[in-house]
Amino acid sequence: MKLSGLEALKITPQSNFVNVGERTNVTGSRKFLRLIKEERYEEALDIARDQVEGGAQILDVNMDEGMLDGVYAMTTFLNLIASEPDISRIPIMIDSSKWEIIVAGLKCVQGKAVVNSISMKEGESEFIAHAKMIRRFGAAVIVMAFDEEGQADSYARRIEICGRAYKILTEVVGFPPEDIIFDPNVFPVATGMEEHRRNAMDFFQATAWIKANLPGAKVSGGVSNVSFSFRGNDVLREAMHACFLYHGIAHGMDMGIVNPGQLIVYDKIDPILREHVEDVLLDRRNDSTERLLTLAETVRGAASVREKDESWRELPISDRIEYSLVNGLDAHIEADAEEARVALGAPLNVIEGPLMAGMNVVGDLFGAGKMFLPQVVKSARVMKKAVAYLEPYFESSDAAPRKKGKILMATVKGDVHDIGKNIVSVVLQCNNYEVIDLGVMVPPQKILDAAVEHDVDAIGLSGLITPSLDEMVFLASEMKRQGIQKPLLIGGATTSRAHTAVKIQPSLDSPVVHVNDASRSVPVVQRLLGAQGSSFAEEIRADYARLAEQYASRSSQRNFMPLDAARANRYRPDFSQKAAMPPKMGVFSLPDYPLADLVDYIDWTPFFMAWDLHGKYPRILEDEVVGAQAKILFEEAQSMLQVVVREEWLQAKGVYGFFPARQKGDDIEVEDLQGASHRFLTLRQQGQKKEGQPYLALADFIDPAGEDCLGLFAVTTGHGLEERVAAFEADQDDYNALMLKALADRLAEAFAERLHERVRTEFWGYASAESLSNADLIQESYQGIRPAPGYPACPDHLEKDLLFQLLDVEQAAGISLTEHKAMYPTAAVSGYYFAHPESKYFGLAKVDQDQITHYAQRRGISIEEARRWLSPLLDM
Amino acid sequence: MTSIQEAASKRILILDGAMGSLIQNYRLDEAGYRAARFKDWDHPVKGNNDLLNLTRPDIIEDIHRQYLQAGADLIETNTFNAQVVSMADYGMESLVHEINVEGARLAKKAANAFSTPEKPRFVAGAIGPTNRTLSLSPDVNRPAFRNITFDELALAYQSQAEALMEGGVDVLLIETVFDTLNAKAALFAVQEAFIQQGREIPVMVSGTITDASGRTLSGQTTEAFLISLSHMPLLSIGLNCALGAKDLRPYLQTLSAEAPFLISAYPNAGLPNAFGGYDESPEDMAAAVQEYLDLSIVNILGGCCGTTPAHIAAFVKAAEGIVPRQISRA
Repeated sequence: MKLSGLEALKITPQSNFVNVGERTNVTGSRKFLRLIKEERYEEALDIARDQVEGGAQILDVNMDEGMLDGVYAMTTFLNLIASEPDISRIPIMIDSSKWEIIVAGLKCVQGKAVVNSISMKEGESEFIAHAKMIRRFGAAVIVMAFDEEGQADSYARRIEICGRAYKILTEVVGFPPEDIIFDPNVFPVATGMEEHRRNAMDFFQATAWIKANLPGAKVSGGVSNVSFSFRGNDVLREAMHACFLYHGIAHGMDMGIVNPGQLIVYDKIDPILREHVEDVLLDRRNDSTERLLTLAETVRGAASVREKDESWRELPISDRIEYSLVNGLDAHIEADAEEARVALGAPLNVIEGPLMAGMNVVGDLFGAGKMFLPQVVKSARVMKKAVAYLEPYFESSDAAPRKKGKILMATVKGDVHDIGKNIVSVVLQCNNYEVIDLGVMVPPQKILDAAVEHDVDAIGLSGLITPSLDEMVFLASEMKRQGIQKPLLIGGATTSRAHTAVKIQPSLDSPVVHVNDASRSVPVVQRLLGAQGSSFAEEIRADYARLAEQYASRSSQRNFMPLDAARANRYRPDFSQKAAMPPKMGVFSLPDYPLADLVDYIDWTPFFMAWDLHGKYPRILEDEVVGAQAKILFEEAQSMLQVVVREEWLQAKGVYGFFPARQKGDDIEVEDLQGASHRFLTLRQQGQKKEGQPYLALADFIDPAGEDCLGLFAVTTGHGLEERVAAFEADQDDYNALMLKALADRLAEAFAERLHERVRTEFWGYASAESLSNADLIQESYQGIRPAPGYPACPDHLEKDLLFQLLDVEQAAGISLTEHKAMYPTAAVSGYYFAHPESKYFGLAKVDQDQITHYAQRRGISIEEARRWLSPLLDM
Repeated sequence: MTSIQEAASKRILILDGAMGSLIQNYRLDEAGYRAARFKDWDHPVKGNNDLLNLTRPDIIEDIHRQYLQAGADLIETNTFNAQVVSMADYGMESLVHEINVEGARLAKKAANAFSTPEKPRFVAGAIGPTNRTLSLSPDVNRPAFRNITFDELALAYQSQAEALMEGGVDVLLIETVFDTLNAKAALFAVQEAFIQQGREIPVMVSGTITDASGRTLSGQTTEAFLISLSHMPLLSIGLNCALGAKDLRPYLQTLSAEAPFLISAYPNAGLPNAFGGYDESPEDMAAAVQEYLDLSIVNILGGCCGTTPAHIAAFVKAAEGIVPRQISRA
């Protein structure tokens, strides 16, 4: 097989094993994912360079992450690699499960690349079509042992699928056999499951079979999968990888996806360890898994401590306190705090001594990526409990404990979202910063007054909805006007590094940093307030100025379709196929919906995201890095959820309605119960598309001839939340307070999902035969959509006014809108129902000035105001 | 009629020499390029050599005849820049089809007039690299930026390839490749053109080594260049332009050792001198290409910038009776 970057790579039977560098993969490297998400491509290139310098002969690039525009990320990164000869000298492996990302990648590489991967999962015809297209780009291909029936998990299935794929590729597609690489699936061993015992052996034997029976074909595999059950024990894992490769290569494996910097030599492995590992890999003994597990405990790296182990109670007092903090255990903390107080003489000595030392360890571990957010929040709970216990012992003459700094935190005016802000507060507190939390919907002057009054060292602002961005800009300009020189930290879902650089930084003189990751908040604050603070601030300022400049030049590149032309190319569904009208029009309320009916509809992936654990549920529970933490968090969430449902901690209320509707240009005209007509304004895509592609607006899905229906809904599961959260907070228990908030958010989304299902099958009933699993629902494989104002298809928050009016949401479900149209309680969802079978979710992306002007006229507001509400849709 | 593959198995095929250098000899001015048909065209068109297929077919045909007279087996159509990307410089995107069809027709007419059963003459449809590049950013401050997309370029190439086929060329020649990704787009487009036209013709690819580093402008070694473009069953792969015959030799040796295709070479008449002209005489060049023949590393031999019918005649003489290189599948 021959491949190329700027230079040639020839793989012959005499070649050594080929290392494929795996770190430029967003699914495998959290760091790489973060850099790509934040568009820090320069640093992402450094990871690629490290892989090449570490000995990678092929570079695997993967951008498969739900929150990323994979095509954009793949194109940008590969174009950048093309400009770096020390990286692009080796061939690229374009790694994606999405065909459009693969094609986008193929259009960026001049050398002969490898596509990773295709399979017969979706049947032969798609497999053939994809293989043909890959051939036209001149790339080699990895074929996964996967077919219509599923992934091959036995020797027989592996050779059956690989044999069939080979025959199709060579005989039907005309693919050169030497350009075919099979990935016969590396699965974990030593999982304790009987059926996994032969996982490695089956792989080896399938490899040998492929090499013997499919002439020219190569074999590759993702090696690190094999050691999944030993996450956290790097010594053992590296030994397993080395042994696996040794035997894989002996059976004919040609290449593997590895971290080239982390491979140890087979011969250097301790012989006893090697024997135990090989017993497992080669399935040589019935008790090989137990024996390896026992040995694993003795190999360094195993130290994931079990809670039952009480031996730590024998340690000296300061070590016990550290242990409780690091492990988030509060059972003994009060007794230990008391013991330390007596020993050290004063409560302050305990706080500044062992407690602080313990929290420093937590901070270091968190900073190094060895502890995750849920653990840190638990550590904070332990810390707060200890401090609360010690407080009554403070004499008024005692000095207050020294803090590293004082930070003011607030969610800005008009916004009520605070989970992220609370997490950052907790993390800062854990690291010995004093946090003054002003809560939510805080008017700018109140923030500034408090900043001056408490003489804080920095101000942290948070916001989730679009108008919050403007609030932040306004606050920054007020700081400048009033001469308040304090560093500003910006965070929250709607904020971005780009917005901070382009809009906020120019509005003020003091430093501003975008911190969207709780784990970054501490190092950023530390540097800002540290001795080198001003040079750090200068660095950031220069960095943002550069980014702002790039933005300025980038925005001029954007190509828009004029609004008229975009309208002429609107989407035209077949209205003869539109859904029948609902049996009963009007507004219907669900004043007390049973929570038990919602539990099965929860989408857990965003729940983990709220805790900074990234990955898809349920796979995240098995994730190499965060899996162990995710499992613990999930179990604790489950037990709290049971109590929430059983003891009715929260109350679910909802309302929905069906209204006669008609498409009017880009608007949807609806008729209320009294027969009065109203208009929902929708916005139309304008980013230049390929010839023949439609420019979508939601209005397109409603029949211009009338005789159509628009559904509306609003649901909440937030009633009762505040009291419970307050109770947890009073008990110094941020962990459970955050947990409950995150669960309430999930339940609200689950309510929206469940209600939509009932609308489709019962209330509107246009899909009464539907039968979908929760996974199908999460995949949105149902007919019709339920877009929500403020989200990609309809980013305009102002639409909520009419929606709330028509359904009388405030009365029916107890949800109110803030001045910036955030819903309160926050655990709430509102939106539209479109039932047409061709209706689909889409992202509006950016729009041009002509549409803003027209929108402002329709809305009856000034262009300036329209620009404010729609600012994320405009180029900054 | 003998196929080009058959002819190439028997002898070294001689490709023609420079087109542009000979056109310069006619010293056409703006009006000369325009002729009557484009006298009111709103862009300057001087230098649009491909336009002469329409405005001065007599000149183009004459140049073809000179090379055929000199003994060339294979002549190139005057269509190096005839795709929408390059023609946009003259506002002549709409003429792309016509320029290619006419270019092919002119060359084919000339070739037919010289063709005999013993020495059949062939026409190669010339497809140049365009003035854009897919692997490099035109803006050093924005390395991820590109001023053209793969799809746009492929579409431009496809319409050119189809027009050349309609005009009757025997082979397509993707030449002066300085960015391999552009060439991949061209090959992608050619396959689409074959599907659209319902037939296939042989394809030749010729790259350009820009300097003594031995790499293409987009940074590839000769070997990587070969590997990146070997996914189509090419008639030939080779090198042209930029370097003189002597300097091209080591890279041709690399290609010859590795390529499962015929090898083509059409160097410049040395490196350009201080006035942008080329100095190597037919005798100088013939001596340099003699080395290729001795080493048996080429199958198709011709000239690029600065070469003339006299150079081609010298190559014909040098290659006479020489057994062509055999393809050894690496």
